[in-house]
Amino acid sequence: MPSTFAPPEIRRRPDDGVREGDHGNGRRPPTDKRTGGNGDGDNWDARPKGRRGPRERLISARIGLFFALAADLLFFIAIVSAFFVSRATGHFDAYNRYVNDWLPISLPSILWLNTAALVLSSVTAEIARQGMFREHDALEEWIGLGRPLSKRAGVWLSLTLLFGLLFLAGQVAAWKQLAAERAHLAGNPSSNYFYLITITHALHLVVGLGALALAMLMLRKGRSVITRQVWIDCSVWCWHAMGVFWILLFALLEFGQ
Amino acid sequence: MRALRLTHHRTVGFAYLGISLAAVAIGSFLSLIMRIHLAWPDRIFPGHGVLKPEEYLALVTMHGTIMLFFVMTVAPLSGFSNLILPAQIGATRMSYPRLNLFSCVLTAVAFLVACAAFFVPGGAPIGGWAAYPPLSASALAGPGQGLGMDLWLGSVALFSIASILSGVNTLTTITLRRCEGMSWNRLPLTVWAWLTASLLAALAFSVLLAALLMLLSDRHLGTAFFVPAGDLINGVIVSHKGSGSPLLWLHLFWFFGHPEVYIAILPGMGLTSMVLANFARRQIYGYRIMIATTLLIGLLGLTVWGHHMFVAGLNPFAGTVFSAASLAIALPSTAKVLSWIATSWRSRMQLTTAALFALGFVSLFIAGGLSGPILAQPILDEYLHNTFFVIAHFHMVMAMAATFGLFCAIYYWFPILFGTVLGEGLGKLHFWLTLLFSYSTFLPMHLTGIAGEPRHYAQLNGMPGPAAHLLATTMPLQRHISASAIGLAAVQLVFFVNVGLSLWRRRAISQNPWSATTLEWIPAGQALQCHQAPCQYSPDSTSFIPQWSTASENCPERE
Repeated sequence: MPSTFAPPEIRRRPDDGVREGDHGNGRRPPTDKRTGGNGDGDNWDARPKGRRGPRERLISARIGLFFALAADLLFFIAIVSAFFVSRATGHFDAYNRYVNDWLPISLPSILWLNTAALVLSSVTAEIARQGMFREHDALEEWIGLGRPLSKRAGVWLSLTLLFGLLFLAGQVAAWKQLAAERAHLAGNPSSNYFYLITITHALHLVVGLGALALAMLMLRKGRSVITRQVWIDCSVWCWHAMGVFWILLFALLEFGQ
Repeated sequence: MRALRLTHHRTVGFAYLGISLAAVAIGSFLSLIMRIHLAWPDRIFPGHGVLKPEEYLALVTMHGTIMLFFVMTVAPLSGFSNLILPAQIGATRMSYPRLNLFSCVLTAVAFLVACAAFFVPGGAPIGGWAAYPPLSASALAGPGQGLGMDLWLGSVALFSIASILSGVNTLTTITLRRCEGMSWNRLPLTVWAWLTASLLAALAFSVLLAALLMLLSDRHLGTAFFVPAGDLINGVIVSHKGSGSPLLWLHLFWFFGHPEVYIAILPGMGLTSMVLANFARRQIYGYRIMIATTLLIGLLGLTVWGHHMFVAGLNPFAGTVFSAASLAIALPSTAKVLSWIATSWRSRMQLTTAALFALGFVSLFIAGGLSGPILAQPILDEYLHNTFFVIAHFHMVMAMAATFGLFCAIYYWFPILFGTVLGEGLGKLHFWLTLLFSYSTFLPMHLTGIAGEPRHYAQLNGMPGPAAHLLATTMPLQRHISASAIGLAAVQLVFFVNVGLSLWRRRAISQNPWSATTLEWIPAGQALQCHQAPCQYSPDSTSFIPQWSTASENCPERE
């Protein structure tokens, strides 16, 4: 029997929830695939730790990612706190007047387009992630009849990569636009922060793109279905997190100056 | 189990210990040069000549950096958590072995980069381990503030990434890889300590990383996050626009810096609890409260960074808040001390070397901790902050107590690490000499500090005016401190002789020589399952119930 598995937040089959006339006595055996196993009372949860099937591997990867993203969140919180401190900081000039140098910069409107591209990339990434757990296809791939999961996820992830690169290109365009308006990195405190935030976030996105690319590589090289599922799942969650970070940071830059 | 796979947690753990052994050798060497220079400033070092002031400051910086990052973080947190933690929670491996190896390699690279700062033009940075801007933001500020400072920043950034990753790994391992029956309240206190310290590491090093990037950007990209307007360094106006705030760096740095000292001390606290209970053959007094205080110390540790900044221009009202939070840490700390004392009180403890080092930890923690509430008050800190009193405080409570924790770990877990025990005779000699010289080195610093002797000064004599009179009275103490420090370093030879002899003799030992209850001592071949809370000993202390024992009546005789 298959070792396929779907995390609880994902609909396993297209007809999930409809199930008319299925009372466990007809079309399907009344086993809960969420605990997996081979029927006859076999249950992943009853096995020793470390051998409890795909769910255990998925949770292990997700928890690690969760801790890493929590740490990463604090990285941005540190920068955002510094942003607020600097915005409120001034100094006394030669005439003993208090001067606050902060001049808000008006953001290039291309950033809105970039944000849209990033949101779209998250949508395609999510479609790829959910598709990885569709039960019929996972079965087929597990048995070895074909690779419907990998093929579909590959397509959607390519789209994600495309939108991600589009976002980065858009950010570069925004930097150029600002440079043409003489808002350089080493200018006003506000532009210090604009560049710090956008550049560190872009670096994060490059790492995220790397993770997605690696996940796509794992679609080809990963030996088991669950390996491919875990790679896609975690790299997509990571991507979502970078998207959420961006929306928060963009809101800060747009409305918080 | 002993297979030498690179990704095996024991291999990685030994590699971490190797890094910190190299680091502690270099760090102690640097401190001895400082001590010799302070006591005998005219001394000519063979092959070098007289120590110049900037060289002294480079020694201060690198001693702090190497000791704090590569010894006090690497050994207790990364090293022993790899060597012991999986066995203690009944896991067969860490959650991410390859990530583990990667952070270890990154740590080693960071260490090499830090050491490389000595050999570049200008030498190592001279700004102290806290690298306060604006002087750390400009190469004009002195030799070592150029390329040396860049290497320092790069090294610490690499170390931050390595620590975040290793913290993530430890956290995931503890969350998910506990064996059957190892519920949260059956976890040994050492594991709780590693959990809290890893959490602090993952959070605090992220903030430090952000601050490092901003400082690097100030140095090379012309931003002014930390550089104030009209900054004048060595007669040159550093032309940054805007008004950056050096205080901002202090906030970010100490938000990391204070949790960092808990990262260093918490594993020692957890181990002290376990070791005292084991040799006293008693349950830990207030086990759940000990878990709570561990977490509380971690939590409060994130809220008290401002007490490092009382004299740095912090708003006095903010200082009051930070002062209150800092004094609040005395509560969980005192609860811990109370538990240690209550656990050991009239217990007829078996005074092995490991138990002695645990007691030494308690002693140093009390002696060093008592000056904590003094320094936590802005009005007292104003006088004491830039004196040797602060050096005495943090060396007693963090450096020496954490070192005693490390020695306790080595003596206690030596059978697990190397399959034999360390000699008790030499071990006790090592303990008493180390205790004697620790106090003899760091207690007098309180006195010279109260007398007003400044820290960070390359030379304490030869000043004009009343300062000369003041410092002349403390010079004999300084010489005593230097002699003690040399003694302290010298008696560590006893330890290395002991390790060498023990490994050479290889005395045969039983599986569980300390009759311990925790899972790392489980006999080979037994199923990795936990059935008991730790530290259960019979009232007459002749038998005990290990965590792997299935029934309560099955009490193996004590060995």
